[in-house]
Amino acid sequence: MSHSTTTPRRSVFSRPTAETGFSSWITTTDHKKIGIMYFFTVLVFFFLGGVESGVIRAQLAQAENSLVTAEIYNQAFTMHGITMVFLVVMPLSAAFFNYLIPLQVGARDVAFPRLNAFSYWMYLFGGIFLYSSFLLGGAPNGSWVGYAPLSLDSVSNMAFYAIGLQLLGVSSLSAAVNFITTILNMRAPGMTFMRMPMFIWMSLVTNFLLLFAMPIIAVALFMLQFDTVFGAQFFNPATGGDPILWQHLFWLFGHPEVYIMILPAMGIVSEVLPVFSRKPLFGYAAVAFAGAAIGFIGFGVWAHHMFTSAIGPVARSAFALSTMFIAVPTGIKIFNWVFTMWGGKLRFTTPMLFAIGFVSMFTIGGLSGVTHAVVPHNAQQHDTYYVVAHFHYVLFGGALFGLISGIYYWFPKVTGRLMDEKLGKLHFWTWLLGFNLTFGPMHMSGLLGQPRRTAILPAELGGAVELYNLMSSIGLLVLVVSALVFLFNLITSIRSGVASGPDPWDARTLEWLSASPPKHYNFDTIPSVSHRDEFWHRKYAEDEAGQPVAVPAGASSEHVEPDAAHAREAEVGDGTDAAHDGVDGGHIHMPDPSYWPLVMCLGFLPLAYGLLGPTPWLIVIGVVWVIIGYFGWVIEPVAEGDDDDPVVEDPAATRSGVAAH
Amino acid sequence: MAAGVHETTLGLDHRKLAMWVFLGSEFLFFGAFVSAYILYLDATAGGPNVDIFDIPFTSISSFVLLMSSLTMVLAHNAHVRRDMRRMRMWILATAGQGAVFLGGQVFEFTVFYREGLNLTESPFASAFFVLTGFHGLHVFVGILLLLSLYSLTLTGKVKPNQDLKTEMIGLYWHFVDIIWVIIFTVVYLIPELAMGS
Repeated sequence: MSHSTTTPRRSVFSRPTAETGFSSWITTTDHKKIGIMYFFTVLVFFFLGGVESGVIRAQLAQAENSLVTAEIYNQAFTMHGITMVFLVVMPLSAAFFNYLIPLQVGARDVAFPRLNAFSYWMYLFGGIFLYSSFLLGGAPNGSWVGYAPLSLDSVSNMAFYAIGLQLLGVSSLSAAVNFITTILNMRAPGMTFMRMPMFIWMSLVTNFLLLFAMPIIAVALFMLQFDTVFGAQFFNPATGGDPILWQHLFWLFGHPEVYIMILPAMGIVSEVLPVFSRKPLFGYAAVAFAGAAIGFIGFGVWAHHMFTSAIGPVARSAFALSTMFIAVPTGIKIFNWVFTMWGGKLRFTTPMLFAIGFVSMFTIGGLSGVTHAVVPHNAQQHDTYYVVAHFHYVLFGGALFGLISGIYYWFPKVTGRLMDEKLGKLHFWTWLLGFNLTFGPMHMSGLLGQPRRTAILPAELGGAVELYNLMSSIGLLVLVVSALVFLFNLITSIRSGVASGPDPWDARTLEWLSASPPKHYNFDTIPSVSHRDEFWHRKYAEDEAGQPVAVPAGASSEHVEPDAAHAREAEVGDGTDAAHDGVDGGHIHMPDPSYWPLVMCLGFLPLAYGLLGPTPWLIVIGVVWVIIGYFGWVIEPVAEGDDDDPVVEDPAATRSGVAAH
Repeated sequence: MAAGVHETTLGLDHRKLAMWVFLGSEFLFFGAFVSAYILYLDATAGGPNVDIFDIPFTSISSFVLLMSSLTMVLAHNAHVRRDMRRMRMWILATAGQGAVFLGGQVFEFTVFYREGLNLTESPFASAFFVLTGFHGLHVFVGILLLLSLYSLTLTGKVKPNQDLKTEMIGLYWHFVDIIWVIIFTVVYLIPELAMGS
């Protein structure tokens, strides 16, 4: 290529070269490594969020309990909510986006590898910043919804919330730009929109939701920040400020956020159910368009969170209708998943069990959601444990079950090993039991009047409510045991799981064409796509009765690209990085590692602490640091294949593979 | 142009597509601030209201900013023609006009401040300063981008065939101008006309 003739000069701007060890991880721009880093960081925050839920459930295990103070309780439920939403479910989805999007669309990496690393570091530092509040005078304690004017109070510690979420928002927004560009622009030749795997469809919708929801929460947080630190008057009723504005902005972000958390899980089960039912996804187009419809309508339902605020009867009626309406595309998806399983040859593996768990638990959560659309019901349920039950059925029974299904499903792709099925099934059944024991009774205690966010469970609510709360607290213990089973399974399987081969599930999508774990450059040759479920069609033809017949490996038919069959055969062989004949390995240019995403992100930490108000010097240091990081990033020598407008002697060489569209 | 070198699904360069996607997100950012401003038009807490605006003055600085979009187009056009001398000239002209606009904003803010309109005065004042202030910050970032582009062409880091870089910064610059057209109309002109009638 253009500038490989001279020996590269080592300077501060030279790109790092480490391929193993610690420095290879902190400088990596490989989407697969970044996905793995997201995953393990999520495990740590999931543990912390779990500890906080333990504080909540221990306190509420009996009425009039005084185990923890109200102040600690407030910090625990606030940080539990922030952690599970922003530091667990969203980044766990991001782990899947990172690992899978390039593999499923048949690309070598995301569109902007360094920006991808930047997103990860912003997420990590945003999380560290939020948790450092425990050491710096107390964690946020005004709930994850941060309602003004409570969140303006100087004892509310909500400044950490305002700035920490801003950091996480920058992470999400840059990731969204990156993934949208990757999906729209880097699909393998022949992969039209209607041939994309369903997970890619749902990722696309999710990232568009992030793109349009994140700036709105950013605006709300800036207003909060300006009010608390600089004395602005956005939410101060004394001068005519309107706290309802906070609610509008928060929920205009906050309701799409619900779909940001659930759509990736919907994408995952749309991949898992067909594979273990041995049928294509029923109603592919309907599932895809229902996902897009959810994305659109999701921006038009936010005020159902505000039926008990002063928004007027017209707004209430309109949002009641739109909220009921959004159940239609959701219902379409649920029926399509059921019809996918209908008449299939079901294999009840652990990922399949979690996918079925998702469909059933999410249906319960969805139905209790529809009850919120009914304004009088809503007034009764508002801020009770019924709401807590509802959103845990959606986000725990829904999003988390789906994401765990994805972990079991793609674990062999990431590690080349299978997770233990016996432990997996034990995990599933205890998880299902613990989950329903924890959150099922909350429907009842909520309808009987138990309020949310209250440190003391009042004894006058009655013995039934006390019993339900005790059940919930015991349910959490079951969940803890279940999580330990999962963790044990995960660690032992990484070290000594059964070798899986590249395609252990007889799957349908392109990532299984690659070796397990995939090579650094993902594919020997960029695959050419001529079908939905391309990989399946390379393995199976249909006989006269419409039944699938295996195509022998290496055989050439109209469905099988000769080079692809060759590549698959070679990968089945040993899955190692051995040189193959006929691959374009010599022409593959992967992005080099880089220090600059990490350096630039580190600058955001002094900036963030400075914005808390102690000293403006920290802001100056942070801004200068970020600008230096930015220029280092810009003038860093471009990697081959990563650079722009290179002087190319042979344009065909950079196409790496079939380029016919 | 990069066409023919990179094979992309949509036939657009990644960076150009990403810039469009990012700017789509920016519209929501300013949209939320503009909504808050409209909500707080009358929430002046007895302080100054929209009468404080000096429409002729702001019209001139707005005109300067709009003209900077023209010079940005000329800069990109020169870059496409590989005329780096003219390209640099128009880049400087664009950055200069941006600086004039920013200077006008700083002057305007100081006048308002003396007349009793400051950030902590009322929700109206907060909404006004934060909205126009964030727009000013975007102009400032744009000037930084233009100046880095200028110096990178001098050191040879941006080459004559890399006109996409100029086009990208141009997209951002035009966006900042379009947002100002909206802000000038909604924030300055419409309330003034409504109050005058």
